[in-house]
Amino acid sequence: MKLFSYAAPQNFYPLAGRLWPWLALLATVLALAGLWVGFMVAPSDAQQGQAYRIIYIHVPVSWIAMVIYLAMAFWSVLGLVFNTRLSGLMTRALAPTGALLAFLSLWTGALWGKPMWGTYWVWDARLTSMLILLFLYLGYIALTSAIEDPRRSDRAGALVALVGAVNVPIIYFSVKWWNTLHQGASVSLTQSPRMASVMLTGMLLMSLAIWLYAVAIALWRVRSLMLVRESHAAWVQQLPEVQAHRALRGVA
Amino acid sequence: MIWTSASEFWAMGGYGAYVWGSVGVSAALLALEVWLARVGRQQALDAVCEAMDADIEDAASDHSIHGEKAANGPSGVTP
Repeated sequence: MKLFSYAAPQNFYPLAGRLWPWLALLATVLALAGLWVGFMVAPSDAQQGQAYRIIYIHVPVSWIAMVIYLAMAFWSVLGLVFNTRLSGLMTRALAPTGALLAFLSLWTGALWGKPMWGTYWVWDARLTSMLILLFLYLGYIALTSAIEDPRRSDRAGALVALVGAVNVPIIYFSVKWWNTLHQGASVSLTQSPRMASVMLTGMLLMSLAIWLYAVAIALWRVRSLMLVRESHAAWVQQLPEVQAHRALRGVA
Repeated sequence: MIWTSASEFWAMGGYGAYVWGSVGVSAALLALEVWLARVGRQQALDAVCEAMDADIEDAASDHSIHGEKAANGPSGVTP
């Protein structure tokens, strides 16, 4: 199958190199459009005034923080079942962005909570499960960087990614399952959205932008990871960028 | 456009610190991530160059074991 040939780093490396600039460009355009709609076009909220505009950052980073963890779990299943070399590298490449977005979800949530709830933090189900997601990301990063042997490191990381994935539906449904201070879902797959369409447009544009950004930077990062892990392989040493870097080092 | 002046935009109805604190920190950390990723790429290229040097040294010492001097030693190959 042709798809599986891309699981080999020497085939995925050039593909990722061709893809990331377009994804980054599209992410930038969509982010500018989303910020314009959210901050210049959308009206203020009847209950929350202008403070609600944090939604254009908070909801996209929170969604994508959860999506990235599921993507890591997906790559981990592939890695454990098919033993593909790409899986561990992709999981590793996604983790820092996931951790950053989970942190931003908590940060923007705190800055939204203070004016609306009167507190930066409360130990309710939604906030606590999101904090656990951040710790899972940090745990994954710490564990995989502590184990020297790449294969063992990948397998241990894959287990953390898989077991931790249980937390994602808990975050998502926490506002239904428990009585939380956090508001319920404004947008769900089963009901029509409970917000004005212009606000929804801004939020969806920003979500798409963050998603594309996450894919672009993960592809960028996986290329660096591939260089290091396959640094003794001929295909890496023959790359034009490696030759150019070597020439520069020789001069310096 | 919903704003009548720039100061009204920055004030965000009195919630400016919260709104811009969210936007600013998010933008700054994303920029930091991009910068770190670029640094990571340079470090990865450095690692490959070091691996190449090590490979050349290994090859040279293999040759000397077999009693032949490598025509192109480590210094000869490095540009």
